Amino acid sequence: MPPETHLRIRDLCVKYGSSYGLKNITADIPAQRITVIIGPSGCGKTTLLRSLNRLVDTREGVTVSGQIFVGEQEIHDPAHYVTEIRKRVGLLAQRPCPLPMSIYDNVAYGPRLHGTRDRATLDRIVEHTLREGALWEEVKDRLHTPASALSIGQQQRLCLARGLAVEPEVLLCDEPTSALDPHSSLHIEQRFLALKERYTIVMVTHILRQARRLADHVLFLYLGELIEQGSAEEVFGNPQHPLTRQYLSGTIS
Amino acid sequence: MDLRRAEEGLFKGLMLASMVLVLGSLALILGVILVKGLPAMSLDMITQTPKGGYYLGKEGGILNAILGSLWLTLGATVLSLAIALPVVLYLNTWRDARSRLATLTRLSFDILWGIPSIVYGAFGFTLMLLFGLRASLLAGILAIALLMLPIMARSLDEVVRMVPRDLLEASYALGATRWETAVRVVVRQALPGLVTAVLLAMGRGIGDAAAVLFTAGFTDAVPTSLLQPAATLPLAIFFQLGTPFPAVQARAYASALILTVVILGISLACRLLTRRLVKNVVR
Repeated sequence: MPPETHLRIRDLCVKYGSSYGLKNITADIPAQRITVIIGPSGCGKTTLLRSLNRLVDTREGVTVSGQIFVGEQEIHDPAHYVTEIRKRVGLLAQRPCPLPMSIYDNVAYGPRLHGTRDRATLDRIVEHTLREGALWEEVKDRLHTPASALSIGQQQRLCLARGLAVEPEVLLCDEPTSALDPHSSLHIEQRFLALKERYTIVMVTHILRQARRLADHVLFLYLGELIEQGSAEEVFGNPQHPLTRQYLSGTIS
Repeated sequence: MDLRRAEEGLFKGLMLASMVLVLGSLALILGVILVKGLPAMSLDMITQTPKGGYYLGKEGGILNAILGSLWLTLGATVLSLAIALPVVLYLNTWRDARSRLATLTRLSFDILWGIPSIVYGAFGFTLMLLFGLRASLLAGILAIALLMLPIMARSLDEVVRMVPRDLLEASYALGATRWETAVRVVVRQALPGLVTAVLLAMGRGIGDAAAVLFTAGFTDAVPTSLLQPAATLPLAIFFQLGTPFPAVQARAYASALILTVVILGISLACRLLTRRLVKNVVR
């Protein structure tokens, strides 16, 4: 049975001033799978990822056209607050970025924004999501110490837990292991494989081996255009487009 | 090879010289205030208002000016912070920090910063005449707030601009609005710098004599309402120093000592109060 489509991208164009960041992207992203976006540096991978929860349009001078559906909801529809979209579509940034507060407050930040005040409920969310981020055992005795004191690998898992705490449906990950050491990277990758049971994960990576390890579905971008998309077996095993073949063989990078 | 080493030595020397110059000036000022002011220091100075003939060397103190300065500075700080902080947060959170609006606003503040405080005093005085107000604590607060505004806004701006963009996006990505992000993340992250910026502006405000000369007036009484005139420490120092009596001039130095201690006390208190909140800042 083919997986359901969770995100539908239709004719997405992103312009920085007058130059194109993305040109006419149309793609489907399957639910509860890991979709990996690959392509050479500057090809628009991150722009595409950040379009999916509308972080691109926080900057001035950026124009976005086209449609993106999360389930049935079009994310640029002015009837919905952008905060609603971002709650459903979370982001794990390239460099871990703890908020200037304690470990506990970092995780509780999102739920508090969305109206959870009850202490017992917050306690439960914090423990549950820190377990999902595989960080609970390491921090359970120092939940109220500054998050910035954690190691960088721990910080990234904290950011993962923080993102999960608002109960998103989709997790966007922007080269989530590029700032980490190999051991921490492996830790994070294992979390993704476990989390795709319940979440749709979209990940940007420039590490091809990582893409091969994790991907169920692949989008290949080149100079702002979507060149090829398909299941991991198809794209990695039998790439159709010459550019994809060149990229996978390392001729272009 | 030897040239490079000589160059290194030269610049090290220059840096040492400027450090000695700065610390030396501070030590000299403190020394003069202490040596000349301490003998005239007494409990009366800080607990009494001037009695008849105080400026001729009779008894009394400068409680009027101490309280006047404290009220004035408190009012002006709150007022200018209430204007500067929203402006700065707007420029850095709602708008792009490098947008044309932001550049223009910064330029305006830089120009305002360069205006001498006597001009703010005269401007305040003109407004008072226009509204038929007399010299009062309120008018002084407005004039000092105007003087402090550009200093506070520009220092706050420099601090808030240092907050990493990633931090804002981390907050947005969790579904926070810009307001929530500004208040819960930006202010918290920038807090140590914000305190410094406020103290910097406050130091200028409390030490300024020219802006309050026409606007706050001067009186021997402690003000009990915003519409009464208020004495201030810088003016008290000025008037005492202007008398021909050595005993009163010594009290001017004692007043300067009091002003210095007040500023030091406020700075330390602010640091202590915010220390607990600052430990979470991401470095």
